[in-house]
Amino acid sequence: MAERLTLKDPYKEMRIFRVRILVSAVVILTLFGVLLYRYADLQVRQYEKYRTESDRNRVQLQPIPPRRGLIYDRNGLLLADNVPSYSLDIIKERAGDLEKTLDILRSILQIDDDDVEKFRDRLKDRRPYQPVPLKFRLTEEEIAVLAINRFRLPGVEVDAELVRSYPQGALFAHALGYVGRISEGELKRLDPVNYSGTHYMGKIGVERYYEEALHGKVGYQNVETNARGRVLRILERTDPIPGQDIQVYLDAHVQQVAQEALTEHLGAVVAIDPQTGGVIALVSNPSFDPNLFVTGISKAAYKELRDSPSMPLYNRALQGQYPPGSTVKPIYALAGLHYGVVTPSTRVPDPGWYQLPNDSRFYRDWKRGGHGGSVDLRQAVVESCDVYFYDLARKLTIDRMHDFMTEFGLGAATGIDNTNERGGLMPSREWKRSARKMAWFPGETLSVGIGQGYMLATPVQLAVAAATLANRGERFEPRLVQKVGDEPVHVPAAPRIQVSNPADWDVIIDAMEAVAHSERGTAKGIGRDSLYHIAGKTGSAQVVGYAQGIKYDASAVAKNKRDHALFIGFAPAENPQIVVAVVVENGEHGASMAAPIARKVFDAYLLDAEGRLRDGVQGIAPQNVRKIAPPSPADDVPEEEQQLE
Amino acid sequence: MKYGEFVRRMPTGTAELRQRRGLWERLHIDPWLLMLLLALTTFGLVVLYSASGRSIDTLYRQGRFFLIAYCVMFVVAQFDLERIKRLAPWAYLGGFILIALVPLLGTHAKGARRWLNIGGFQFQPSEVMKLVVPMALAWYLSARILPPRFKHVLVALALIFVPTLLIAAQPDLGTSILIAASGCFVLFLAGLHWGYLAGAVAVLLAAAYPMWHFVLHDYQQQRILTMLDPEQDKLGAGWNIIQSKTAIGSGGFAGKGWLHGTQSHLDFLPEGHTDFIIAVLSEEWGLRGVMVLLAVYCLVIARGMWIAVHAQHCFGRLLAGSVVLTFCVYVFVNMGMVSGLLPVVGVPLPLISQGGTALVTLMVGFGLLMAIATEKRILIQ
Repeated sequence: MAERLTLKDPYKEMRIFRVRILVSAVVILTLFGVLLYRYADLQVRQYEKYRTESDRNRVQLQPIPPRRGLIYDRNGLLLADNVPSYSLDIIKERAGDLEKTLDILRSILQIDDDDVEKFRDRLKDRRPYQPVPLKFRLTEEEIAVLAINRFRLPGVEVDAELVRSYPQGALFAHALGYVGRISEGELKRLDPVNYSGTHYMGKIGVERYYEEALHGKVGYQNVETNARGRVLRILERTDPIPGQDIQVYLDAHVQQVAQEALTEHLGAVVAIDPQTGGVIALVSNPSFDPNLFVTGISKAAYKELRDSPSMPLYNRALQGQYPPGSTVKPIYALAGLHYGVVTPSTRVPDPGWYQLPNDSRFYRDWKRGGHGGSVDLRQAVVESCDVYFYDLARKLTIDRMHDFMTEFGLGAATGIDNTNERGGLMPSREWKRSARKMAWFPGETLSVGIGQGYMLATPVQLAVAAATLANRGERFEPRLVQKVGDEPVHVPAAPRIQVSNPADWDVIIDAMEAVAHSERGTAKGIGRDSLYHIAGKTGSAQVVGYAQGIKYDASAVAKNKRDHALFIGFAPAENPQIVVAVVVENGEHGASMAAPIARKVFDAYLLDAEGRLRDGVQGIAPQNVRKIAPPSPADDVPEEEQQLE
Repeated sequence: MKYGEFVRRMPTGTAELRQRRGLWERLHIDPWLLMLLLALTTFGLVVLYSASGRSIDTLYRQGRFFLIAYCVMFVVAQFDLERIKRLAPWAYLGGFILIALVPLLGTHAKGARRWLNIGGFQFQPSEVMKLVVPMALAWYLSARILPPRFKHVLVALALIFVPTLLIAAQPDLGTSILIAASGCFVLFLAGLHWGYLAGAVAVLLAAAYPMWHFVLHDYQQQRILTMLDPEQDKLGAGWNIIQSKTAIGSGGFAGKGWLHGTQSHLDFLPEGHTDFIIAVLSEEWGLRGVMVLLAVYCLVIARGMWIAVHAQHCFGRLLAGSVVLTFCVYVFVNMGMVSGLLPVVGVPLPLISQGGTALVTLMVGFGLLMAIATEKRILIQ
């Protein structure tokens, strides 16, 4: 009742209202004050921070990778090219459901688990909105399939980039090496700035050795991008400096001939221009397709290459260490003359075996019954008489042999501009004491004297030693690369080898010439119809040792234990333009297996397409015929050559 | 009620009063308020042009909304306040039915049911309730003796919170907060006892914990967590707030200049033309622009308060007060959320953000203010 009696009091209500409005106004002013403070805080006090944030949002420093330098052979033939390759990239931020995207991609393209696994690895380390490659080398068909399915594949892009391509395929794989994607480990060693835009680098070979020159210098651009990473405009740009093109000494034709001459045999051929040290051909057989490695070889393909018994990834020319066998005899002969332990006319009796004083052991010649009553130096080289060199080795002693051979580059890496070269081994007393903790035995000197025993050399070392003979003592470091950009590559030469009588060079070279051009020469088969003179030396190297008195019988020995066949030589003998070293694993006979390969390489370099001598090549002119017996058809079968110990 | 009738029929024909009724009053327009609104909407269009990426289309569409909204405001301003008051309970009833129908007939959009489709015309009943709830409250309380007694407060709270909870369940947190606020403002302005207010605050604080676990949706919880630490999910939930703060901060005092905001023009700022438009304004116009905007808002609020205080009747006074205070909530919540002070809720920046529905609602509110402002003056103050 009391309530109804109470009248509304408009003035009181108005008073209350006014108070409330006043309170509200105060609260509102306070809240707006807070807002103003907040905005002032963001816009004035933290201005610098947000200004930077905003710039970092929109402005990105993008590296521009330089174009990798190309590689040409000596005649300007392109050996390593850059070709556009289309890769399938995924931008995770835009892909939405990554697994679903991958499933769709798997259903429309050939994508194996290997690709996906590598993709996930790459995904771990990236910036937001950075495209990550999933598959490389898309075919046109695949690009078309992707284009059709584009609507259901957000965040999937096809990106073109220049990647290495080797148009000659496997032919130059061992000579030039290859590039591949930079691995995480390599990334840590590389200059992070210069390589910021580069995904590939030289892994081995010339590609690796000249990486710095081939790579070039990275460029930059400051770009404004929107939130989805799209470049809207370029704010400033510093152009990259492209990598320098490289011209190698290699001759694709000679390389091809050498490769084909080896046929299916495992082995290596190295050809050098003795006047420059430039490598004309460098072949290791079998080879592999370097293009496989560029964008990442599949695990299966790599496993196949790695586990193949013929070891195609193994660079026999630089890493294969073989006993040089008889090929080093001419150098020993020179050493004998130099140290005065023999003269060209010194004769050594040759019953077909040799014995050291106080040693019952027989050191046998490869030829039963020997090379006739006694042999002189020339005959010993021409016929590869072991007994003569056993005797010479005894006279020289191992340390002098070591010192002299070392001058020819044996026992140490040649310093060729390639990777993974091995140094071979030229043994000495000192070496045996420190490496084997054993004393040197006189018998070991005899083995080394015919290029066996501890002695090991790589094909490129043999080529360098032969080139040094051809140059009469001038030894170059072999070089694959002739010019980087327009700059010729400097070839360092070792100090010229001084022998006591310079005429001795001619004695040795004459003897080597007779190896190919005399009736009793072990390599007369290759000199017979030659238009130029070849100086050379055959050799065969024992793979496994045989007990005293056991006759080596090729047919009874497993293929991979048969002797290696070797040959070193240069031509034309009067004015050497090319030196060749050939090693054929388990090829058995240097004369029948290795020498013909060398001959093909000489021909390829010295003759033109019609089989005529090239200009400036010293040939065998009718008025200039040397006193060498003409080849007779009866000598067709090369003499068997082998060493026994 | 009888008293009100009596007052309305009092003879008013004194020459003095008639003379004071000028052109504006006869048009039922408050010129000060109109001027401020025009200033705001013009500025809004200028900012929107930039925020939409120089889209003339957007500008044209928004211009049309403004035209419609001004017409609606003008029409509402003509209404007789007494008639509005009589309609209020029926409007409330109608609105309530529509709200209740939404869960049954509403159309889905972005995981929520907010829209009703009537004759090919889509609208949000919750939007209507933003004005209907304070009207109903004002109608209910103006007939009571003020300050309201406890049982009237309870009825009023029921009137506020039943539709509010329904809307919150749609879910539409932003709108339900605005509706609850507009109703509570009426209660507050009607002279709700300070003790009740303190109690309400205490209850709210006590309810915060259970609210968090049982009422808020996951995405709403996420928004609050994101506000507290946006860096936690930089590219995900925190993206909006990081980018809007960056936009605001990088504007500095002077701003990057109109059409030169990089955050907005390069698409780093999402929703730059709707709820986050203040970030675009801050980036391009700097703190100066923000200060000017806040000043204009303050003037609108001041004028609104002046109108409320000078209203002739209790109903108009309460309604006008609520409209003004709700307007403040729009401004504070929007500017607070974009600058990272408050969690992100869907509240547009009044008269600047793009969008038609909220605009029309706001202008209806201003229409009511004008109707109240130009009511025949009876009470001598």
